[in-house]
Parts: sequence; C-alpha cells; structure tokens
Amino acid sequence: METVTTQDITVNDLDFIIHYNPDICIMCGSCVAQCSFNAIEVAPQVRKHEPTQEGAKQGHKKKILFVIRQKTDLAHACVGCGMCVKVCPNQALSIEANPESRKNLLARTQGVIKRGGRASSYSLRTLDKIMVGRISQMTDPALDSERHTFDLRAPLGRILKAQDLPLKVDGQSLSLEKNCPPVRWIYPLLFSDMSIGAISTRAWEAIALACAYLNEECHLPVRMCSGEGGMPLKLLKSEQLKYMLLQIGSGHFGWNRIIKSLPLMRTDPAGIIIKIGQGAKPGDGGLLPKKKVAPHIQAIRGVPETALHSPPTHQGLYSIEESVQKMHLSLNAAFGFRVPVVIKCAASLTSVAVYNNLLRDPYHISGGFFLDGLQGGTGAACEISLEHTGHPIVSKLRDCYLTSVAQGLQGQIPLWVGGGVGLTGQAAADCFKLICLGANGVFVGKILLQLLGCVGDEHGRCNQCNTGKCPTGICTQDPRLIKRLDIDRGAEAIVNYVLTFDSELKKLLAPIGNSSLPVGRSDALITSDYAVAQKLGIAYAC
Amino acid sequence: MCRIGAIKSTTPFSPKIALELMLPQQEGHDNSGFALVMQDLAGAFVHYKDKPLLSMACTDKGIQLVNAYMEQHGFVQLAQWVPDVCKNQNLNIRAMPRYVFRTYDLPEIYQYRSQAAREDFLLDSRLELRELLSVDNNGYVYSFWPDVLTLKEIGDPYDIATYFHLWDDDSRLLAKNIVVQCRQNTNYDIVRYAAHPFFIQGYTLCANGENTFFTKNMELQKSLHRGYIGFESDSQTFLYSLHYVLHELKWPINYFKHVITPLLPEEAQERPDAKVLALIRKSLANLEINGPNTIIAMLPDSTLVSVCDAKKLRPVVIGRDKNLVAISSEVCGLNAILPHRNLSEDIYTTERELITINNALEVKRWKQ
Ligand code: SF4
Ligand code: SF4
Repeated sequence: METVTTQDITVNDLDFIIHYNPDICIMCGSCVAQCSFNAIEVAPQVRKHEPTQEGAKQGHKKKILFVIRQKTDLAHACVGCGMCVKVCPNQALSIEANPESRKNLLARTQGVIKRGGRASSYSLRTLDKIMVGRISQMTDPALDSERHTFDLRAPLGRILKAQDLPLKVDGQSLSLEKNCPPVRWIYPLLFSDMSIGAISTRAWEAIALACAYLNEECHLPVRMCSGEGGMPLKLLKSEQLKYMLLQIGSGHFGWNRIIKSLPLMRTDPAGIIIKIGQGAKPGDGGLLPKKKVAPHIQAIRGVPETALHSPPTHQGLYSIEESVQKMHLSLNAAFGFRVPVVIKCAASLTSVAVYNNLLRDPYHISGGFFLDGLQGGTGAACEISLEHTGHPIVSKLRDCYLTSVAQGLQGQIPLWVGGGVGLTGQAAADCFKLICLGANGVFVGKILLQLLGCVGDEHGRCNQCNTGKCPTGICTQDPRLIKRLDIDRGAEAIVNYVLTFDSELKKLLAPIGNSSLPVGRSDALITSDYAVAQKLGIAYAC
Repeated sequence: MCRIGAIKSTTPFSPKIALELMLPQQEGHDNSGFALVMQDLAGAFVHYKDKPLLSMACTDKGIQLVNAYMEQHGFVQLAQWVPDVCKNQNLNIRAMPRYVFRTYDLPEIYQYRSQAAREDFLLDSRLELRELLSVDNNGYVYSFWPDVLTLKEIGDPYDIATYFHLWDDDSRLLAKNIVVQCRQNTNYDIVRYAAHPFFIQGYTLCANGENTFFTKNMELQKSLHRGYIGFESDSQTFLYSLHYVLHELKWPINYFKHVITPLLPEEAQERPDAKVLALIRKSLANLEINGPNTIIAMLPDSTLVSVCDAKKLRPVVIGRDKNLVAISSEVCGLNAILPHRNLSEDIYTTERELITINNALEVKRWKQ
C-alpha cells in the first residue's frame, strides 16, 4: 500500500477549495498578483503526455505545465473572498466552501484565532420568526405608502417626564422656564461606530459622504458615529460635524485632539457616545493590530506605530459606574450641555440593570442607551469571543423596554439597538420589528461595509478584517488595497440602500395604519413560535 | 364602528333629542348598545347641582353593597331618580336588575377640604365602588360627580330608550348637554364599561374609530394616574390623555391637540413655541394617536370639544341654530334635529383644528 503522510494539510482540510480550469486559463497571472492573502501561486504541474511520433521515439511520456495552485499551509489558506474570480478574464476559477473543513480545529494548534466579521450563530435570529400581523383591514384604513406623509424621526437625548418639564402656563400657551437636556430628532437608522483605523480612510469617507448626501440632498437626518479614535481636524471644524456622533472608547484614543479642537468647532456634533462594550465581542475590548496603524492613523489618534488595545472597560476610578457617571458629566459639561451624551453597551443578562441605573439617575445625564447584540460585526476579535459570548438583541431590547414601561419611564432614555440589523439584507423589516418591540431606532455597521463591497459573511467567508489585507480596500490601511474601493460608487450604494430602506419602512407602516413610528406597538407583531410569543409578549399565531 | 354625537343647548332638553340625533345614523352601527352622559342637569336633580350624583346599574346584592359602603364612608343620600322601566319582553335590551341615580352629601369632613381633595375623594370612591361591584358581577358604576348623569345599556338603542321611557318627555330627565353614542363593538367583547362616553373627574369623552396606538397609550397611562384603569375600549385612552393634559398637567386645551396629533417636526419648527412643542412631543410620544379617530369631549365646565386624527380619516360635523349646537358623526343626524339650520354654517372639523363650544354656544376654531 502506498504511504501517505496523513498529518500533512491539503486543500480538503481548508475552508475553501479553488477549482481551476487550465483549459481556459490564459496564464495572465492576475489572480495570483491580486490575492492579498497570497493564497494561490503559479506552480508547475507534471502531466501525462500523449506523445507525437517523434516524441515517442525520444521516450517523452510526461510534460510540465504551469497552473494556478492553491496553497495548503494555514497561514496562506484561501479565505473565499472571490477576488480572483472577479479578476479572471476567462472565469477559469471558482471557489467552493468546504463543509468538511478541519481548519477551525487545526488553526488552534497555532494559537488563539483572531478574525473580524460577525458570529456564525445565524440560527439564533428571532427577527425572522416575527411577522407584521396586525394589518388594517376593515376596522381602520391602511395608508398609502406613496401618498401619505410619514414622520420617521427618532429621539436622541434625555427626555423628561411631562410633569417635570419646566413649562409655565402663559394665558393660552406654555412657555419654557429653563433649558432642558438636548434632544436630537433624527432618522431611526444610524451609521454605527467604525473608526478610521479599523476601516480605511476611503471607506470611512464613503460612509461620511453618504451620510452628508442623505442629509443635504435627500432630507433624511441620518447620523453617523465616528468610532473610537477621532476624525480629521478638517471634519471636526466643518459644518458636517453636526451629522456625527463622536465616540469615546475605553482606549480614549483621539480625545486629546477632539478636546483641543473644541474652540475651533463651528457647530456641535450630533452626540457623544461612550462605548462600554460591543455586541460582537462583549468584554473583549478593542484591538487595532500594528499592521493597520499607518502614519495617518497615528496622527489622528496621537499614537506611535504600535498595536492599539482598548481595554475591556473604562479604567480608572472607583468603579465603572462611577467612571461612566463622571464621563457623562464631564462630556455634558465640555459641550455646554448642548450635546446629548449616550452610552453603548453589549447586550447582556445585566442590560436591564444597567438601563435601570441610567433611567433612575437623578441628574438625567444619559441621552440614549445603545444596545448591541451578538450578531454585530467587528474589525478584530478573538474568535472564541465572537462565537461564544454575547446576547441576542431582540429579547434584551424587549426586557429593557418593558422594565421602563413598568416604571412609567418608557421613552425617557431612547433605546437604540443594533447587532445583526440587516443581516438578511432587509434592514427595514428588522428595524420595523425592533421599533414595535420598543426600540426608538437602530444602528447598522456591517451592512454598510457590505454595500461598499465587503464580501465577508457569517458563514466564514473572508472575515480577515484584522489582518490589514482586506481584499476590498475597506478594512486595511495598505495604499494599494485601499485604491480598490471607489468612494463615489460606495457612497452611492449606501445612499440608494437607505432610500430603499425608507420606502420599505413606509411599506410596513402603511398597512398597520401608522404615519409615525410605532415605538412599542408590540400588538402589531405575531410569531408562530410559541416560546418567542411568550418571551416577547406578542401574539402567537399559527 | 360607533356613531357619536353631542348636543349643547341654552335650555335643558330631554334625551329624546339625543336619540333623534343618533337613530338616523343606524346604518353605521349595529345597534348593540346605547350610552349617554348628561351634564348641567335640570329636572329631578335641579336642586342638587353641587352634590355628587352616582350613576350605576347593578343587582340587588349590588345595591346592598353600595348602601353599606356609602354609609360606612359617611355619605348621606339626598335625592334619587329611579327610572320607571318598561318590562316588555320583546325589547332588545340586556337590562340590569337595578338602575341607581342618586345624589349624596359628602362626608362632613370634606365640607372643609379643598376642591382638589373633594375631587380626588369622589374619584377614589367611584374606583372603590367599581371594585366592590366587580366581584360576582354585581354591577357597574359609571360616574360619581356633581351634575353628571350616565346611562349605558346593551341592546338596540331604540328599545333601550323605550325601556327607560326616554321617548316620553317626563321633564325629570333634562340637561343642557348630552354626549351620546350608539355602538357597534366589532372588535372587543360587548361589555358595559367598553361603551363610550367614558368619564373621569368631570371629563367626558367618546370617540369614533380605531386607536392603533392603543398599546402605547395604555402602557404609559397605567403609570400616570390611579384612575386610568379598565381599558376595556381602545378609546378610553383618549379620555385619560385629555384628563392628564388638562387636569393633571393643567396645560391649556390646545396642547391636548399637540399631544395627540403632534405637528411634523418641520411644521413645528416654524412656530414661535417650537421648543415647547418639541419637548411635549418627545415627553408624551406615548400619548400620540395615529389611527382614524374622531373625538367628542365635554369638560367640567360643560365646554364641548371636537378633534380629529391628523389624517382626518374619521369625519365629524357640527351644526347649529340659535339655541342649540350639535356634533354628529353623520350629517343625517343633524338633519333630524336641526332640519332648518343654515347648512352653510356646518363645520367639518379638520385634521389640524380643535373646536370648542362654550355655554353661550360660541364656537371657537383653534388652528393647530
Ligand atoms: S478567493 Fe480570495 S483568498 Fe482565495 S485565492 Fe481567490 S483571491 Fe485569494
Ligand atoms: S472584505 Fe474586508 S471588510 Fe469584508 S470581511 Fe473581508 S477583510 Fe473584512
């Protein structure tokens, strides 16, 4: 029997198998040249030779051919990004996901696996089990989504109880006796926090451009979060700052620069977001690998070239609660109490307690509770955190909303949720259902990257955002790769998607007869999953 | 859906007029019930206008329970009107064994208390009586308030009127204001408490339509006031919002319109009080109504109010002559009681106005 070195790794052990058709390959080499993961190479291949008469005389039975070959070592394993397929003029390559892959196991012999993307726990998606089931038929008229005026705005900022508003009756009108906490009235879809650094300047610019266009040309007050690490001074000083939420993460990167530019700001930002945790990797802190800390990132963040870790919590004072309280207070003060300060946490079994703390806070310092569920994406995380930590967003949102209802405090700290919104491509449906369950709005990140061209998914494709080798130029600082991203086309795709989102949201509002957002209208939803119905308090239908 | 109406007159009139207003609109409802609230009474209660009047329907056991309660809490009964009922078996009415309309003197200690304390005491007493009678279905307490009488029953409005002899002007049951409803209750169980008009502390309200924001409204209202209970009908929430804005927050009435049908942000921005409107909208987002609804309300001073939803999906019309103003779901009702009125003076309440009618029959149209 033939001997085999069984412990050698072959393509069958990898996540993706490349099929190559030498008959149509013209050996242009484009696929090899472009593969940022160096997963394929040109290699000689020995073939059986059908000899000519002359060749036969000379005894030639074999010949050498050059082919495109997949590398089999783990460091250069194909990630299935498909760029080689895109670049091949003759469609000589195709890629197949390998259900028999052993890579997950074998890679762990080389240390903790790090990657980007989101968890693969796709089967946990509750939103797909929920339908909009309360359709206006005879009892009340459905609206016409094309004809009626819809009022799709969501609050961002601390809202006071009506009886606590500083209003004075002045004849037939009410007048305001003193200022109230700032509240923005914005579109219920917010572009989530992805920093310049985690994503390329071009990708960030494309998103920012889309955001500005949606505001200025489409009159949709969409807001965008900067992500940790700050933003270019030029933008901090521009009018467009009003579309931005500035993020302060646990590494506090970029804040020196932001604070110093306060006197130069022409307008206030939309908000400040204190990031405690991220749904994709709760408790895992942030990580920007050294490879991605390019000179311009060093400049924006004010750091040397080194891997940048944001600790799992905001460090410092007596407790995290105290530290968050102090941060809220000082940030409120720094911006003259004109800018809502909100907090973002990973969804967790403890979220209700956190939300209660904020709701009951006597100083009214928190202007929003952003809850991030486990299907959110990340630029870099340990796979173990990605796959095994976190909490689904749906029931946690509902728990938080209902705890506020039980205390008559609903709506006072707007609930914004994310983490897998739009995972199936249909963000409007997700958004609508989450709003009915009590959210004021949703935030999205991963789908924006996907609209820019990211090919990563929850079935293991690509997700190499941590490597600095992003094949689409989105999650890298490598100038050659960045150039692959066409900013205008990317921004246009995002704008068009949001416009479709807007129309689709109206398409869901119209049949339930509502022209403004049905926050907490759980009576509009049904599910055929009894356990889901019980947990969320919505109607069971079968 | 229901048909609703209200009549205000400078001279007291009998419920017969209200029936004449409602019966032509029969095609719009299913004759499943009839209810009215009368305010500023004449007739049997004319000398007791400042004394709380208890309106309820109950069993014999219910009467005993109420008598014991009232005695125990120091109420002294003054006048009562016991309707002379027609026991004809062919009438379509699900009558209760007893109907009670009585005025009381407040317990002595309340003679010295503030108006607010008296109002709260009356509310609490009604809530306790309601609770007391709810055990074993012993009865229903509709209102307990000076100068206000409520009658509700399940059945055909025509037959209900016959049962209570409302067709005869016996001059014992007269008022200057009546808010009235004939109902079709397709959505929910036909229960007495679900029949409008609803009442709390001098505020009366009935509504036509479907409250699509019922869940949102109710979830907030449950925590706003102990009197906001029941929710047997999705329209009850409008009464509680009215009471909350006017009685609890003490805001001027135009803000009720701002609360229930807020302006679009871009419209509100143009207003001098833009900041106030923005604050109200955000703080009371849960009291917004977003369905097709028309509301008719009556305030403690007997002012009638008419408002519609922001899309004006449910119409309402107001007609008048010199001595009487009526609000009606359908114009055929007005034609029945005001056949000679000047039709060009009819008002169809728009989606952006709030209309009030005071006791001098002045109609004020306030544009939002
Ligand atoms: S699919 Fe991507 S990683 Fe795999 S060979 Fe092609 S370009 Fe390289
Ligand atoms: S394409 Fe880029 S952004 Fe998308 S998963 Fe791959 S590395 Fe990450």
